[in-house]
Amino acid sequence: MAEITNTYVSEELYKKFGDAILSTDEPYGMLTVVVEVSSITSVVDWLKKHPVINAHFLTDICGTHFPQIPGKELCAIYHMQSMPNNYRIRLKCFVPITKPEVPSLTGLFPSANWMERETYDYYGIQFIGHPNLQRILNVDEMDYFPLRKEFPLEDGSRTDKDDKYFGR
Amino acid sequence: MNEFDDKSIEQIEEPEYTTLNLGPTHPATHGIFQNILKMDGEIVVDAEQTVGYIHRAFEKIAERRPYYQITTLTDRLNYCSSPINNMGWHMTVEKLIGVDIPKRAQYMRVIIMELARIADHLVCNAVVGVDTGALTGFTYVFQWREKIYDIFEQVCGARLTTNIGRIGGMERDFNDEAIKKIKEFLRDFPKIFDEFSTLLERNRIFVDRVINTGPITAERALSYGFTGPNLRAAGVDYDVRVINPYSSYDDFDFTIPVGVNGDTYDRFMVRQQEIRESLKIIKQAMDNLPSGNWYADVPEFYLPPKEDVYHNMEALIWHFKIVMGESDVPKGEVYHAVEGGNGELGFYLLSDGGRAPYKLHFRRPCFIYYQAYPEMIKGGMLSDAILTMSSMNVIAGELDA
Repeated sequence: MAEITNTYVSEELYKKFGDAILSTDEPYGMLTVVVEVSSITSVVDWLKKHPVINAHFLTDICGTHFPQIPGKELCAIYHMQSMPNNYRIRLKCFVPITKPEVPSLTGLFPSANWMERETYDYYGIQFIGHPNLQRILNVDEMDYFPLRKEFPLEDGSRTDKDDKYFGR
Repeated sequence: MNEFDDKSIEQIEEPEYTTLNLGPTHPATHGIFQNILKMDGEIVVDAEQTVGYIHRAFEKIAERRPYYQITTLTDRLNYCSSPINNMGWHMTVEKLIGVDIPKRAQYMRVIIMELARIADHLVCNAVVGVDTGALTGFTYVFQWREKIYDIFEQVCGARLTTNIGRIGGMERDFNDEAIKKIKEFLRDFPKIFDEFSTLLERNRIFVDRVINTGPITAERALSYGFTGPNLRAAGVDYDVRVINPYSSYDDFDFTIPVGVNGDTYDRFMVRQQEIRESLKIIKQAMDNLPSGNWYADVPEFYLPPKEDVYHNMEALIWHFKIVMGESDVPKGEVYHAVEGGNGELGFYLLSDGGRAPYKLHFRRPCFIYYQAYPEMIKGGMLSDAILTMSSMNVIAGELDA
């Protein structure tokens, strides 16, 4: 099977989804696609069922928080791969912190279940359509999402470890 | 008479289930796992898992720590094979900063990682033996895991949570004692391991007990995100060492064992065979160990030798800068995967150029494949459920991060 290139995949994605693909990038050789949040399920499904790309394996889901980008504070990051083609792709979708809703991938991959629960647990991203969206690693009674950046790990008054003291 | 008959029919229609709380600290689960089982007599009808008992918020802590201090966090993920985690993390940072590692350091890493894999698989397989009632194998091979730890101790000074290696190579060359110990291990272990194999591999009692226990098909395994020996036992020849070779794994001649049924016996046999393959790799690496440096020329990341720090101004400055997290790191995001003891151990690192990662996510193979556990034990006996868990090699530290 011919080797799949990032150019090929991004062209195919643009051809199929057009405006739903917000941007593409290739940090360290891995194609990173920012996808409109409403189309994430169809993009993943299409990548999974694509006869050539065949990204049949959901490697990882995680989230992250960018408080400095208004309206796009939370980000869900997906890694997918095709084992026969030895090809990996990263998908991202940004959601506002006021309405952090991302469609769930549990219908496509059973493995998404716990990964989405973990992401919900850490960042509070609501995966719509998830069968059991509960906290998984932290206690159920927790009423905040600990990996959001507004919760500093150490005492907030402590300044000796700030980057500004080291010329950054 | 009629009334009585109706009642008895009703009673049959409503089966009576027992709820059994297996864990969190059950001696047979080898770790902190809780499963609330719905039992019909001895048969498992359903299971509800609770995880997170030893959650230590590594991903949060990592966002505040300089890169070297994260190595100690990775130690505590899969603590049966810490060196693989340490080196996976170091390789991720090397990928981010774009450093090429000398061949000697790569071979040294391969030797250490394969020793760790042997230790990991030995624990798992010995424990499968224990759960079937064969304690002899466990006590016999655990001595050899200690000998692997002796080698780690010679290389880095620690045994279990090793913190081995540096960003840019290894902290020191193998000393004579380490080389002697590795050679002794290569000479003596295969004999002992063969004895362990003959004890279990073709043992009728063991084989009857483990065949068709907790099986999973290749298709289900893939959809549940299985990787590593558990996926290979189901018949998928996926191994990160082969498909994305890191640290010169493409220099070595080894095969990837695969199973057929994905049951406990296949998982056991895949691990057994992988131990043999690891021995082959270590032997090749020892025979062809290149000469040269065991570290790359990256003074801003590679910690200088301690003697120099005390007597040499430049080394002292670098030491201070590295420990305080003052080395400049490029902005970027990188995903690097290594073949851990029980699957693809991935590191997703998002750097904003600060002293600590902006985001670090560990793709922990256990966490992802442990989801399939209820499906694998449904319809089986309780004692099979215990066996399935130990043969999946679920490590609590990795599960709960």
